[in-house]
Amino acid sequence: MHELAVTEDILRIVTEHATGAGTHHVTDIHLVIGDMSSFVNDSIQFYFDLISPGTVAQGATLHFHRQAVRFRCWQCGQEFSPTKLDWVCPKCHALGGKVLAGKEFYVESIEVQ
Amino acid sequence: MCDTCGCEEHTHAQEVTPPVKIPVVQKILGANAQAAENNREHLQTHQISMFNIMASPGAGKTTLLIATIEALRAKKHIGVIEGDVASQIDAEKIVPTGAPVVQINTGGGCHLDAPMVHQGLHSLPLAELDLILVENVGNLICPVAFDLGQSRKVALLSVPEGDDKPYKYPAIFEAVDVVVVTKADLLPYLDFDLAAFGKLVHGLNPDAPVIPLSAKTGAGMAVWLDWVEKNS
Repeated sequence: MHELAVTEDILRIVTEHATGAGTHHVTDIHLVIGDMSSFVNDSIQFYFDLISPGTVAQGATLHFHRQAVRFRCWQCGQEFSPTKLDWVCPKCHALGGKVLAGKEFYVESIEVQ
Repeated sequence: MCDTCGCEEHTHAQEVTPPVKIPVVQKILGANAQAAENNREHLQTHQISMFNIMASPGAGKTTLLIATIEALRAKKHIGVIEGDVASQIDAEKIVPTGAPVVQINTGGGCHLDAPMVHQGLHSLPLAELDLILVENVGNLICPVAFDLGQSRKVALLSVPEGDDKPYKYPAIFEAVDVVVVTKADLLPYLDFDLAAFGKLVHGLNPDAPVIPLSAKTGAGMAVWLDWVEKNS
């Protein structure tokens, strides 16, 4: 459900940049979404299809660039990708780590005509 | 000859201008972040702390709020913002404590956002308050993404929910300043491994204290109340 608020914000950002570039036709929207951010592609697409008609982004293709979670081990500094049920460092076997990537959530670029 | 339709008169391909890429790199939910910053400044002006309390439905948020208000009655002037999809039930539970309370109904929304809390703040007697407890909509996922302008973020997890929740909902446990394990009086009856849970939380968030308590029996409440006082 929170993807509605999120999709409205995406549309606001896209409209702002498209208008700034003097165009009224956005063909592609590139989003970067971390796997830890809790935002679901299908849900964003669903709301986009619902609210984009009649805007500069009508008919634009959404591209979802998912960013995997990366940890840096608190103990030994090793960087690794945790899996859903395994957060153990492959080098020193400590549990968890500082989240280096996976929380991203931004509009990376748009393509316009 | 035209590649598109085969006619001799024009070339369709040349009529299509290739798309131009415009770099944006703009954080989504920036408008909410700005509203949250306004709330934060507003609260700082009034020297009020605000805790954003997040947990699943039924984790015991309202019960802990009431126990906290009662226990700190002589020390802190506490106000409450209740967030729910619908109904006034939680606000009505707070009323007997005497704490000023405002109920926000999100009308289907799964989280509070900063503009809603801004509205809520205007309904509270800010000049009289030291601390505002915001009970977010029951949900371990969405509330994490929406900054409210709080000074501290609190996660509650009740013993019946299970000790594996950090694996399933890492974002909330990574983001908060403290994790309260509620309904700890049920520990003898359920397979909740408190030590394993604490290790998982600290794997993501080494600085967040994990405080087991029972608002019903009062066990562990002193540790929580001490944390509240030190952080407000």
